[in-house]
Amino acid sequence: MRIELEKRAEHSQLMTVVSPLIAIGLTLVCGSILFVSMGYNPIDALYAYFIEPLTTSWSIEELLVKAGPLVLIAVGLSVCFLSNSWNIGAEGQFTMGALAGSIIPVLFFDFTSPLALPLMILMGILGGMAWAFIPAFLKVRFGTNEILTSLMLVYIAQYILDFLVRGPWRDPDGFNFPESRIFDAAHVLPKIGEGRLHIGMIFAVLAVLVVWWMLSRTLKGFEIKVMGETPRAGRFAGFSSNGVVWFGFLVSGGLAGLAGMAEVSGSIEQLTPVISPGYGFTAIIVAFLGRLNPIGIMFAGLLLGLSYIGGESAQVSLGLTDKVTRVFQGMLLFFVLACDTLILYRFKFASSAKSMKEAGNV
Amino acid sequence: MSDLSMIEAVLLTIITASTPLLLAAIGELVVERSGVLNLGVEGMMIVGAVMGFAATQATGSPYIGIVAAMISGVAMSLLFGFLTLNLMANQVATGLALTILGLGLSGMIGEAFIGQPGISLKPIAIPVLSAIPFIGPLLFNQDILVYASYGLVIAVYFVLFRSRTGLIIRAVGDNHGSAHSLGYSVIQVRYLAVMFGGACSGLAGAYLSLIYTPQWVEGMTAGRGWIALALVVFASWRPARVLIGAYLFGAVSILQFHAQAAGIGLPTQLMSALPYLATIIVLIMISRNKTLAKVNTPACLGKPFVPDR
Repeated sequence: MRIELEKRAEHSQLMTVVSPLIAIGLTLVCGSILFVSMGYNPIDALYAYFIEPLTTSWSIEELLVKAGPLVLIAVGLSVCFLSNSWNIGAEGQFTMGALAGSIIPVLFFDFTSPLALPLMILMGILGGMAWAFIPAFLKVRFGTNEILTSLMLVYIAQYILDFLVRGPWRDPDGFNFPESRIFDAAHVLPKIGEGRLHIGMIFAVLAVLVVWWMLSRTLKGFEIKVMGETPRAGRFAGFSSNGVVWFGFLVSGGLAGLAGMAEVSGSIEQLTPVISPGYGFTAIIVAFLGRLNPIGIMFAGLLLGLSYIGGESAQVSLGLTDKVTRVFQGMLLFFVLACDTLILYRFKFASSAKSMKEAGNV
Repeated sequence: MSDLSMIEAVLLTIITASTPLLLAAIGELVVERSGVLNLGVEGMMIVGAVMGFAATQATGSPYIGIVAAMISGVAMSLLFGFLTLNLMANQVATGLALTILGLGLSGMIGEAFIGQPGISLKPIAIPVLSAIPFIGPLLFNQDILVYASYGLVIAVYFVLFRSRTGLIIRAVGDNHGSAHSLGYSVIQVRYLAVMFGGACSGLAGAYLSLIYTPQWVEGMTAGRGWIALALVVFASWRPARVLIGAYLFGAVSILQFHAQAAGIGLPTQLMSALPYLATIIVLIMISRNKTLAKVNTPACLGKPFVPDR
């Protein structure tokens, strides 16, 4: 018996919703096998990973702090991916947004007017856009592969950050630690409530709503989707393929930059050599798990945020290495991509004997 | 130290820096010639590095480590193959997934090995030839992986451009529809190419953890898998040019070290960013020549093949 794939006439609506859930289920099954092989009781481990963090208000807040940047970056990436441009350097745009957003608190720390924060936000967005401008320009002007250039820029951005916090931007009163000065209260994003939650999360929700509206209700959204799926048809309709590249990269770069600025100003409150646990790369998983749909991305961002918190909680309660988090995230993306097949194709079980008989009848 | 032996020392380090790039790139070249874009080189490479190190620590033999690295590279590439060739998943996204998974897996497996001193692979001197002054130590007193990298370049050239097998691989990469009509199994050819790429990436990883720095450091591939991908584009899918490109990049990354040591005044971090910057510049230079890119790019690169449709 052989299993064949048969293309569906239309995208399966049911599978669009069900396939990410199957992917999550398969990830949990494989995760359990992984835990058993490491000598842990899978029920305990999964509980520590995915349930325990939801039992305290502190960790739910922490979950939102982690989900904020993921959703913000992933929403931008979805615009880019839908138009079939591949910006995979969001991590670099995040870093440059954080750097640009830190110019005021580090260099002009005396400037504490209420204008400082809005300016910082603007500079963060522009910083991310500037870094995304490079691969977009190279792709449009020379046809240079944007996947490789945007990724190389991640490494360069990290070296620039490292250089600044160990060199010119190091805190003069910081006992030579590689850290910038701690931001003035006027340069810190307002908190929501008593804990660590800051208004960066609201940026994420706003981005979800705006991009959802843009994609589903405006001509621009239609243009992006047409150019992504059938660029030839799009060009006949008068859409510009270069314009879509610019739009995708600048939106995703700007949002990643905003996320970087919000992370530094809202959570860390200073610059350090490491400002991100790989948000820019994890956001790629979030974008795909959310099926490149802003609303889906919101849920996906919460789940991937949970994987970060779960990793920390399992480390504390079971002594499980937090490296498992990255494995979980990688497996999840694999299963998401595999299950996407169900949307476009259906499985057909064809026994070879039967198909031979059919061939004989013809 | 005389000037000559100084130059020799620099050239030796350049060979060390270039070999992992060459190994990974020559494998990916075959993959892409068959029409598949596997962006997971970095992930296969780092799993190869950690598995090669682990097997060497367990058995005491770096040669068993090399075999283990190859096997784990192939295993990773099979995951990629199943998703993209059987399930028609998007190749770009799946390659990214392979990298993310590989970095995660290697971090988890490698945690037990952090800080352990490794067993380095010893060079094999070729009798007589290695005694030639200057050239001898450079070319004929190397470890088995350096020899293998040269052997692979030659073998890939002959197989791709001078044999029937190569004709089939290139036919599948340039026009999978026609190749299928002629009765060749596109999926099978691509599977074999993807597995070859996995084995080469595994070797490249083993080189890093057994020779380049004989220990396990998390994320020790440091983007080399991506640079290897850029090298394939730079080489316009030709084996000899991959060799030249890999050595150019090796030279850039080594000279950057020497410039740092000589105290050239630029901050070390900016010097360290140089290989990545060089990659971007090289990609721009190559893509400016549109006809060159068009003529050499495998026409079906990255396109899924669905039989009978």
